[in-house]
Amino acid sequence: MSAISLTATQQLERLESGQLASVELTQAYLDRIKEVDGQVGAFLRVDAEAALATAAKIDEQRASGKPLGRLAGLPVSVKDVLCMHGEMTTCGSKILENFRSPYDATAIARLKAADAVLIGRTNMDEFAMGGSTENSAFHCTHNPWNLDCSPGGSSGGAAACVAASMAPLSVGTDTGGSIRQPAAFCGVTGMKPTYGRVSRYGLVAFASSLDQVGPLARTAADAALLLEVLAGHDPNDSTSADVPVPRYAETIAKPLQGLRIGLAGEHFSEGLSAETESALREAVRVFESLGGKVHDISLPHSKYGIATYYIIAPSEASSNLARYDGVHYGYRTDEQQLIAELSAERKQLTEADDPHTLDRLDTTLVRMYRKTRSEGFGPEVKRRIMLGTYALSAGYYDAYYLKALKVRRLIHNDFVEAFKQVDVILGPTSPVPAFKLGEKLQDPLSMYLVDLYTVSANLAGIPGISIPCGQSPEGLPIGLQLQAPAFEEERLLRASHMFQQATDWHQKVPEIS
Amino acid sequence: MSISREEVAKVALLARLQLSDDELDTMTEQLSRIVGYVEQLSEPDTDQVEPMAHAMDIANVFAPDEVRPSLDRAEALASAPHHDGQCYRVPAVLGEA
Repeated sequence: MSAISLTATQQLERLESGQLASVELTQAYLDRIKEVDGQVGAFLRVDAEAALATAAKIDEQRASGKPLGRLAGLPVSVKDVLCMHGEMTTCGSKILENFRSPYDATAIARLKAADAVLIGRTNMDEFAMGGSTENSAFHCTHNPWNLDCSPGGSSGGAAACVAASMAPLSVGTDTGGSIRQPAAFCGVTGMKPTYGRVSRYGLVAFASSLDQVGPLARTAADAALLLEVLAGHDPNDSTSADVPVPRYAETIAKPLQGLRIGLAGEHFSEGLSAETESALREAVRVFESLGGKVHDISLPHSKYGIATYYIIAPSEASSNLARYDGVHYGYRTDEQQLIAELSAERKQLTEADDPHTLDRLDTTLVRMYRKTRSEGFGPEVKRRIMLGTYALSAGYYDAYYLKALKVRRLIHNDFVEAFKQVDVILGPTSPVPAFKLGEKLQDPLSMYLVDLYTVSANLAGIPGISIPCGQSPEGLPIGLQLQAPAFEEERLLRASHMFQQATDWHQKVPEIS
Repeated sequence: MSISREEVAKVALLARLQLSDDELDTMTEQLSRIVGYVEQLSEPDTDQVEPMAHAMDIANVFAPDEVRPSLDRAEALASAPHHDGQCYRVPAVLGEA
């Protein structure tokens, strides 16, 4: 049996006992990447040489009895949105094509300190904006279960790479569902931790009050291992929480007695596909057979989640992405061409005797910003910047942004009420299994609606996990989402592990052909 | 509610984007649809609701006031499209280029 068919937890045991060398394991994954990534497209860059060098160093240190980090020798892939010192970080965008980070993100520093083998950078929707990974400026990623389908997004490369056994562990980010939805589409386990659980330092910002770094893996036990390394307070991120981090991987196997499971009527209404609903009902029966008790709850404001999210996230994005100005780093438009273009316009307006328009002509600097950004950003990023700028502009601020912040409070309060009665909320991750590539590209709103069940956790700041719980008649994975109160990741991981002990959906692997 | 093409052009300037005529048409249509969908936010009564800008109830996180090394200048400039070794260079801001 090849080492890459083992879980990360099993691989780690073999690495620690000396049965498996990190070089051997890393090489096995590099071979697998070579074999299938031409079809899947999960990676933007694979760093084989550096990965093998790190692996060799760790094997050597282990042989000489040196103490090693928590993930010593395990390959980990990282979404191309976390800064790594001296390395490229593109965020799937042309505007950052030539950017090399001058420092490590805290998540990266923690992985390095844990002696993980950083194997490569995964594809994503540009600046994490999208739900299909089709918005990457470089290439699109295919779902390993059906290459005509999307892997979901924005962490589509991360989910596809775990599903296709190209890495045992992967780090993603989730602003409105970007870990959980691709995890569901690709049949893997993915968690968005509580806001503040993992440092955002060095995570290229999309929507700062919603962004969170989290793990993708085949099993909840593997996700626990990775989260343990990523989580913790960081003075470099003033929004990171100074809350002790449990040893998730140690408590994972402890079953939860009498788990109270909330089912919200709002999660089982219009728009939920029949195959997803029946897979969820079956999953509820599994939890009941494990001693879980089902309670009906209500999240009356969850229906406003998408509208709230698509005001708040673009507003924050329009502000965060102002930094891409063609001055500090990344792409800049051709200056000679820009100056020629402006003088031609000036000449034309002078000849046409149009002083009014001439007066409003962009200055060279403003035109440099505008051309740089228009050439560097893709359509979805432009759309969100426009939407956010509009929502924050004079005359609309109260009606959109301020109103959305108030509805955000109502969504948050719904969870506070629900968690007085239940320990976890069980529902769908996505209303539908993976859709076809290209299917939603012309209709941004229909793409946004796929986030229906995931955005609320980001708005409320609570943790959510997606685990595989079934397959559609076409053989596409279906995911269920569990949500818990803030800082109760341990509860989500243990509940997911209980489920995975009783089912085998997480063990299914796609045939890539 | 629909957004006019002129409004979209104005927002594009505020956002420092330059949209082609085609892009302006598409953007006007798409933003109008999205903003139309978002109109549902007017349904819930929020008169007595405190806005929630952030999921964590924290404010004024202080760092110790001590001198620390900052980013090395050469490293900070390394990814800039145009610099002179000391400063970022931009097209002329005053007067004609």
